[in-house]
Amino acid sequence: PPHSPPSAKGCRGLLLLVMLIFLEGTVLTLGAASSPDISAQDNTGGGHDRRDDHRGIAGSHEHTNYTYTKKAFPVLSLDYHHIQVPFEISLWVLLASLMKLGFHLIPRLSSIVPESCLLIVVGLLVGGLIKLAGEEVPPVLDSNLFFLCLLPPIILDAGYFLPIRPFMENIGTILMFAVVGTLWNAFFVGGLLYAVCQIEGTYLSQVELLPCLLFGSIISAVDPVAVLAVFEEIHINELLHILVFGESLLNDAVTVVLYHLFEEYSGAGEVTPMDVVLGVICFLIVSLGGIAVGAIYGILAAFTSRFTSHTRVIEPLFVFVYSYMAYLSAEMFHLSGIMALIACGAVMRPYVEANISHKSHTTVKYFLKMWSSVSETLIFIFLGVATVAGPHAWNWTFVSVTVILCLVSRVIGVVGLTFIINKFRIVKLTTKDQFIVAYGGLRGAIAFSLGYLLDKDLFPMRTMFLTAIITEIFFTVFVQGMTIKPLVDLLAVKKKQEAKRSINEEIHTQFLDHLLTGIEDICGHYGHHHWKDKLNRFNKKYIKKCLIAGERYKEPQLIAFYHKMEFKQAIELVESGGGVKLPSAMPSQVSMQNIQPKKLPPAVAERALPQFTKGREEEIRKILRSNLQKTRQRLRSYNRHTLVADPFEDGWNDFLLKKQRMIELEKKMTEMSNYLTVPAAPPDSPTMCRARLASDPNAFYNIKASSEGVPTIQVDLASPQSPDSVNMLNEFSKRGATDQGLGQREGATRDEDQGLMMKPSSAGKVEKGEEDGGNKNPGLMRCLSDPGPSNEDEEDEPFLP
Amino acid sequence: MGSTNSTLSKIPNVEELMQETGFTPAHIVRLYDRFEALDKEKTGHLRPQDFGAINRLAMNPIGDRIIGAFFSPGQETVDFHSFVRILAHFRPADKKHPKDPSMPEPVNSRTSKLKFAFQLYDQDKDGKISRAELLQVLRSMLEMQVTEEQLESIADRTIQEADLDKDDAISFEEFRKSLEKVNIDHKMSIRFLR
Repeated sequence: PPHSPPSAKGCRGLLLLVMLIFLEGTVLTLGAASSPDISAQDNTGGGHDRRDDHRGIAGSHEHTNYTYTKKAFPVLSLDYHHIQVPFEISLWVLLASLMKLGFHLIPRLSSIVPESCLLIVVGLLVGGLIKLAGEEVPPVLDSNLFFLCLLPPIILDAGYFLPIRPFMENIGTILMFAVVGTLWNAFFVGGLLYAVCQIEGTYLSQVELLPCLLFGSIISAVDPVAVLAVFEEIHINELLHILVFGESLLNDAVTVVLYHLFEEYSGAGEVTPMDVVLGVICFLIVSLGGIAVGAIYGILAAFTSRFTSHTRVIEPLFVFVYSYMAYLSAEMFHLSGIMALIACGAVMRPYVEANISHKSHTTVKYFLKMWSSVSETLIFIFLGVATVAGPHAWNWTFVSVTVILCLVSRVIGVVGLTFIINKFRIVKLTTKDQFIVAYGGLRGAIAFSLGYLLDKDLFPMRTMFLTAIITEIFFTVFVQGMTIKPLVDLLAVKKKQEAKRSINEEIHTQFLDHLLTGIEDICGHYGHHHWKDKLNRFNKKYIKKCLIAGERYKEPQLIAFYHKMEFKQAIELVESGGGVKLPSAMPSQVSMQNIQPKKLPPAVAERALPQFTKGREEEIRKILRSNLQKTRQRLRSYNRHTLVADPFEDGWNDFLLKKQRMIELEKKMTEMSNYLTVPAAPPDSPTMCRARLASDPNAFYNIKASSEGVPTIQVDLASPQSPDSVNMLNEFSKRGATDQGLGQREGATRDEDQGLMMKPSSAGKVEKGEEDGGNKNPGLMRCLSDPGPSNEDEEDEPFLP
Repeated sequence: MGSTNSTLSKIPNVEELMQETGFTPAHIVRLYDRFEALDKEKTGHLRPQDFGAINRLAMNPIGDRIIGAFFSPGQETVDFHSFVRILAHFRPADKKHPKDPSMPEPVNSRTSKLKFAFQLYDQDKDGKISRAELLQVLRSMLEMQVTEEQLESIADRTIQEADLDKDDAISFEEFRKSLEKVNIDHKMSIRFLR
């Protein structure tokens, strides 16, 4: 609970923000200002220093080459020029990140104004500051920087986590909007603008048709960055989200072709029908080529990840590097880099995720989210700075006509296309849906960068174009971005459903898939399900074998899903705390408890955990047991690159022995039903254990053992009906984990109370367990080793459609 | 159009059929052609072997259940009317259908579709999906790739999640509730049967 009242907190946040802005702006301007001076100084002073350092140079040289007056040895010198570029980049990134922090400190602000607007405002302020200081504003939204550094992380993040099933189900609609819609927008806006320019009195008659069409094509593309930024905050239902977002991604191919077409021929002044045909062919090549390039790199990445089981640490790197190279390769051929990136991410994901460890998966996810977040923030800030930088040529007619035409064309386009599309859709798009799709067509930085790329000589009206583009961007981001949230609430558009997928849904959905495929076969109809089924079979038979390491390719999707669910639940239970108190003398009082349930202390009733049925906790136990066996395979790879010693490394045999004993105990305890004491694990128990591990090598073996006990067994302990697992903890804590604080309270007393005999193992049972383990999914292990964040709704999505 | 009419005239009670199922004449003709293609011996009825001859259906994990659904209990053959009536379940729902409570539930409504799917699970027709029936379905879908233990765990969990009245079986209402988020109209419709 915050200690200060919200208003004070808000004031503090605001103050912090303002301070930060001034600080950053000042440093940047100072940096820009001081660099020319210092570099002059450097040549004498700095050069002198460096020469002193390099002993290789004969001492005499120094005296002959430089005539200098001997000054005091510079104890401290300032050499800004040396580090200027990386320093400024870091400052910008820091500014972006601090802004993001700052916005969330001010509670009311982020709910009214979307982040993108605030960031543009910040950019305006920083740009203004720089300009006030008299310095030249750096051309931050330089097209190279934008297209090669800022855009790829965002697109990769989008592509890697693209929900494939809804995307494919709506692919027809999305393509219609992306291709036909963008073409319509481009020609409508371009054409009408030209017509307006020809009107007397606007003084715009020198703007010809082709530049107008070029402008139309630049401004008509819906921007994925802006869409992502705004839509993320409104939590709209999946269908609309994927429609607008998919459109923004796929219209890149159209934009690329139109842009190059019109740019090429603006010089020539006319476009022949031949050029149009070539344009169409070019479009096909650009889009399909981009996808092909992406798919190739994706397969390469999947194949590489098959062999990374011994070098887990660099696994995420492959994902990033292959994807980036796919983007660059596509850009090299003037293919659609965005589509390449999407294809690469989407193709590689199911196979890579089956191969890499859970930690690598988390790393990939977090790095992607981090980079895309920073990129997005930077893009908006730079938009603001670029606005201040200018140069601007404001023309009321042009700008206002642009804004109006864009809106009108978008609405007409969406309505018209939906009318046609609805004839082919099973689930029709309602008017509300159409409104959101039309209203959500935001323009963003891509349009600006494309405009920036224009050649000044070929296009004398470039500045006017840029002004119009910026105005359009501002309009869509500010006006549409700010009002879309209240409108969504007003129109009661269906929101995203937050609930997780249940196993029922999963099973029944698969069942229905099979059913529909069968019915289609009976009808002799080669429909949607038929092809999907064929693709799945092909995938299973050939592709998975190549691209997935080990035996994992055989594992059915349903099982993977099921295990994931079980583990998530298990981990949630651990984290929510297993703190049910147990009266100390457990076994002897079992019968008593059965008879007198009311005598339980009130603490128990308060902290009662969800009751598990017998079968349920049985299964959890089984999963965990088999999972622990699987551990061995996954965690062998300890070397100096791993940060912390894996606790499961040694003492494996010992653990196996314990496991056997546990199985015996289990048999004995099956008829008991009672509450157990669970020594409440500290919420960060796995990490704490590892920390202790690292710091106390003597207790290594024992600590390992108990720390192993903590994350896994806690689940059983949380279940009121698994006394045997308590015993397991006992065994571990018995081994002198007196300084652990785990099980310390209960372990000692319980040991005495148990007095159970351990029988030698029955080998057969163990083997069966091993066999089970062999079949089971290493996904278990992955979930176990790193709980990760709690809302991972992408993870619930099955890999394959 | 002449051939359509002539084919239509071959089918007895075709008006009633179209009324009941909502298919257009073109659809009926298409389905009739398919029926005749499947009915190799031209008896006017389909037997399980005729369905079994469809290769892809043999590969389907629940293929025999689907075939079984066409045959009413006790019947050994399927005539064209029953064939069409079953397939009518998979027609995309008509949005414009007036909600007339006196009329029987249209055969392609969401509830009817769900009921059809439910019956495929519930082989003994007792109105509930018992644990054993669920296990059977899981076994056939997962095609020997998992152990019996895993199957049982999954079945247990499934029932536990869906079973609201704690009778250790899934009734139709519970089944329907567990699928409330799934767009059944979309999932259980075949486009060409519009």
